[in-house]
Amino acid sequence: MTATEIAGTTVEVDPEGFLVDPSQWTDDVARAIAASTGVPELTDRHWLVVRYMRDTYLSTGSAPSIRSLGKESGVPIKELYQLFPKGPAKLAAKIGGIPKPRGCI
Amino acid sequence: MPHKIVVLGGGTGGTLLANRLRRRYAADEAQIIVVDRDDRHLYQPGLLFVPFGLADADEIARSRRKQLRKGVELVLAEVDRVELDADAVVLADGTQLDYDVLVVATGARLQPEETEGLTGPGWLERVFTFYDAEGAVALHHALERFEGGKLVVNFVDLPIKCPVAPLEFAFLADWYFHERGIRDRVELSFVTPLDGAFTKPIASSHFGELLAEKGIALVTEFNTGEVDGAGGRLIAYDEREVPFDLLVTVPLHGGQEWVLRSQGLGDDLGFVPTDPATLQSHAKPNVFAVGDATNLPTSKAGSVTHFEGDILSDNIERFLAGEPLTGAFDGHANCFIETGFGKALLIDFNYETEPLPGHFPTAFGLPLLKESRLNHLAKLMFERVYWHVLLPGRDLPGISPTLTMSGKQHSGTAA
Repeated sequence: MTATEIAGTTVEVDPEGFLVDPSQWTDDVARAIAASTGVPELTDRHWLVVRYMRDTYLSTGSAPSIRSLGKESGVPIKELYQLFPKGPAKLAAKIGGIPKPRGCI
Repeated sequence: MPHKIVVLGGGTGGTLLANRLRRRYAADEAQIIVVDRDDRHLYQPGLLFVPFGLADADEIARSRRKQLRKGVELVLAEVDRVELDADAVVLADGTQLDYDVLVVATGARLQPEETEGLTGPGWLERVFTFYDAEGAVALHHALERFEGGKLVVNFVDLPIKCPVAPLEFAFLADWYFHERGIRDRVELSFVTPLDGAFTKPIASSHFGELLAEKGIALVTEFNTGEVDGAGGRLIAYDEREVPFDLLVTVPLHGGQEWVLRSQGLGDDLGFVPTDPATLQSHAKPNVFAVGDATNLPTSKAGSVTHFEGDILSDNIERFLAGEPLTGAFDGHANCFIETGFGKALLIDFNYETEPLPGHFPTAFGLPLLKESRLNHLAKLMFERVYWHVLLPGRDLPGISPTLTMSGKQHSGTAA
């Protein structure tokens, strides 16, 4: 855990750059994280997914999987990969300021 | 009035739990009913061996009824839904079963139709899964006919039952083609959505090395979006492609359809949100879940189900007595992994502790994370243990339902 400054806000992040405390998240923090992870601009479609991820995490305590995202967010899986290349669930969680989804085995 | 306990599913979890509870309660203390749609109990770990001619699909199946103790009632029927408010199970023919305690043990369901093209042209001709008996037998015939080319082993996404089985299949395929003298004509690759050979770091690097040693190519972060059986292409959402002559894939998994039809019980994939320690469902206090049917972040595997069964039978007894649920499951899993050439390795882990090297269950036991002939023999012997110790609900001597650090090398860090 280290404190770092993102978009003028001091936030705690884990070693992979996921926010430790979701309450430190702002829209500007989201834009800055997105820019640093290969998503230069957050469109309405991006926001739809990011907010869905975040709301689900905050209300249920766990982030949805990619399959749940595809079923429930209103954005089909193929488009999710276009919006967030290389791992929509992981990237949308990072941009949404919630912990890294715990892969189950 | 005797307690009324209804167990949905007569597989590993449902059977061992019903048997454990039957021993706890006299006939006048509890009525125990198991519901399943058929009377065929499959020893699922045996499916891995069927494609290679090392096991026969008929020999790994037995009667469900015969695995249940006297005094456990088996109802053969499809479940339509559970009505949580009414504490009742509704069967497909409309019959209603009331319960004081319900246990969901109906496992996971294969969903090949969820992946575009997977069940299209080439399905069961050059595209197979060994995760059910029909597929495993068809794949056996296809492997016998296979004279060379590209064989791709893949799983679409987690969660899947026995997450090490696709790796084991790749290792055994390497051995199988060696035995047939055509290994040099077969290009083997392992195509995974994960960023390595396995989920947990130490085991992942170990398995990565084993794949490399055996000349099996590893393709990572491959999220399968489409299968083109006619053209022999596995296509990822990011548009990468892997060509194949023979594809062995593990389809997406979900819970049973009846779970989806039962309001308030399951998540959107049909798994039952379950307390990771007590195994009580989030849906209602008198509903519990065990094994592959849960949403727990541990392996969907028989060993997990077995360890859960120990703890769950205690908790159900406490629940019926009005006591707090003190039994706490820790995610313990224990898996033998066939690596070919008569060897296997063993991993032992839980929610927090990743698979570590050392020995199991103590310093004088079986080697962990290391190939050995002894582990292979133990894996073969396990089928007998399954039918004769595990399903009857007996304890395995010297094996704790929760993870112990005895015999493990502590240098590893928690996952």
